[in-house]
Amino acid sequence: MSERLKVNVCGVEFKNPVIPASGTYGYGREYECLYPLSKLGGISVKGTTLKPRQGNQGPRVAETPAGMLNSVGLQNGGAEKFLNYELPNLLTKDTRIIANIAGASIEECAELASLINPSAVDMVELNISCPNVKQGGAAFGTDCNVAAAVTAAVKKELPDKPLMVKLSPNVTSITDIAKAVEAAGADALSLINTLLGMRIDIKTRRPILRNNVGGLSGPAVFPVAVRMVWQTANAVKIPVVGMGGISTWEDAVEMMMAGASAVQVGAAIFADPYAPVKMIDGLEKYCEDNGIANISEIVGTVQPW
Amino acid sequence: MYRQGKYPVVAKKAIAKGIFDITVYCPHIAKLAKAGQFAQVAAEGYFLRRPISICDIDKENGTLRMVFEVRGKGTEKIAELNVGSLIDIIAPLGNGFTVLEGKKAVCVGGGIGTPPMLGIAKQYGENAQVISGFRTAGIAILQDDFKAAGCEATLCTDDGTAGIHGFVTEPLKARLESDKPDIIYACGPAPMLKNIVALAKEYGVKSEVSLEQRMACGVGACLVCVCKTVKDGEQFLSHVCKDGPVFDGEEVDFS
Repeated sequence: MSERLKVNVCGVEFKNPVIPASGTYGYGREYECLYPLSKLGGISVKGTTLKPRQGNQGPRVAETPAGMLNSVGLQNGGAEKFLNYELPNLLTKDTRIIANIAGASIEECAELASLINPSAVDMVELNISCPNVKQGGAAFGTDCNVAAAVTAAVKKELPDKPLMVKLSPNVTSITDIAKAVEAAGADALSLINTLLGMRIDIKTRRPILRNNVGGLSGPAVFPVAVRMVWQTANAVKIPVVGMGGISTWEDAVEMMMAGASAVQVGAAIFADPYAPVKMIDGLEKYCEDNGIANISEIVGTVQPW
Repeated sequence: MYRQGKYPVVAKKAIAKGIFDITVYCPHIAKLAKAGQFAQVAAEGYFLRRPISICDIDKENGTLRMVFEVRGKGTEKIAELNVGSLIDIIAPLGNGFTVLEGKKAVCVGGGIGTPPMLGIAKQYGENAQVISGFRTAGIAILQDDFKAAGCEATLCTDDGTAGIHGFVTEPLKARLESDKPDIIYACGPAPMLKNIVALAKEYGVKSEVSLEQRMACGVGACLVCVCKTVKDGEQFLSHVCKDGPVFDGEEVDFS
């Protein structure tokens, strides 16, 4: 792979801008039999909470036109398991590792940050946007003051790692939240998390999801994500990592033109586990064909009417 | 270990109303596959793949056989594939059944839970009794396949139009009374599995059940396909795709 795809997000260099999104790729173990993880720009690993979490009851997934709803509810083995079991393995994979953290309270998020700070992860992504948990989650990401407070508390405990804050699209003004989080010390932003949705089984008159509602992802949300990334990238000075329904290299180019310095890929991997590597190959060829020396040249180059 | 790719359909037929039997030439996958595993099958125009159990594996000819029911628009799309079409699958997935060499098995299938019993029953041949139950005679599938494999095939129908008029648990209980097997394998509706596990437990026989759940990735990354399990008194939300689809019957919480 050439230098063409190298990108830098708040001081962290990625060999290419394609990163599987948190919650869609586990800790990489499930995909290693198809291709080496070193092909990827990085991996944003499954969201980690302080203590292990069982998550929500099933069903946790419902198909939608061009997408899906999920209500996993942050099932994970907790910070200790991540740091002692998953991370040592991930660190041998020659790709950037982004720890994704979530907490039920500001104090819990701060404590998690203090545990992650001395580890060897390259970056921390703070999830203030999970729609599937009752405490914390999107409740943190839909109010400017709370979003700023949790960002500041986490940043304080994370002096050695760049902090990226993952934003919720379920807000009236994403730019207000983005600016509040930037002012509170975030080094980068990632967006969008899933859009809150619902499906009903008309035979049983029951929601398909046991949690009644869940987060919508997949190609269906892509235009919303492009719009929000564009608005946000124009409102803040810190880099934005774009995600939401990206399935092809063309989508990645579009997202970068909207202002994303790098992209995360999620639901597309369920349809095609090779999606991230196909995207990387496609971006490489796109640069070659268009005489682009480095993919970063296209970031934010959309020319609005 | 699994593979993803597009492979040719080499045989296809409708074996009952809304039930299709397809054979796919995929030597790499066939080589890896074990009875009880499943495939994630892409349905053109639909976002998520459909998990379909592997009915039979022919390692020599490099084929997998899948028998599935049209349940909705996605499976309807898969049923439109014909001989020569390419089918996009991720397989083999999940853990598969535990085979007890030289022992006696009873395989119990309920409705569309019957196909995964063929692969495992074949490995026991005449040491396997296959008890399968269907709503009615018209959808009683695979009976000849079980017989051809040397197994004793016991058919039950809910409406009495073929075989025993009643549930699979009746002949299973009779068998447990007369000639206790070493293991019971089962796949079908949850209430049926619950009763089978209870019987197995009562008679002190090991049981393995194959579960289904709505899935997304199929490989253990997305964590959506949960089922309740219990191990050493502790409750878990396990994942059908990776921890299963085959579970020790006594570890499944059917509540």
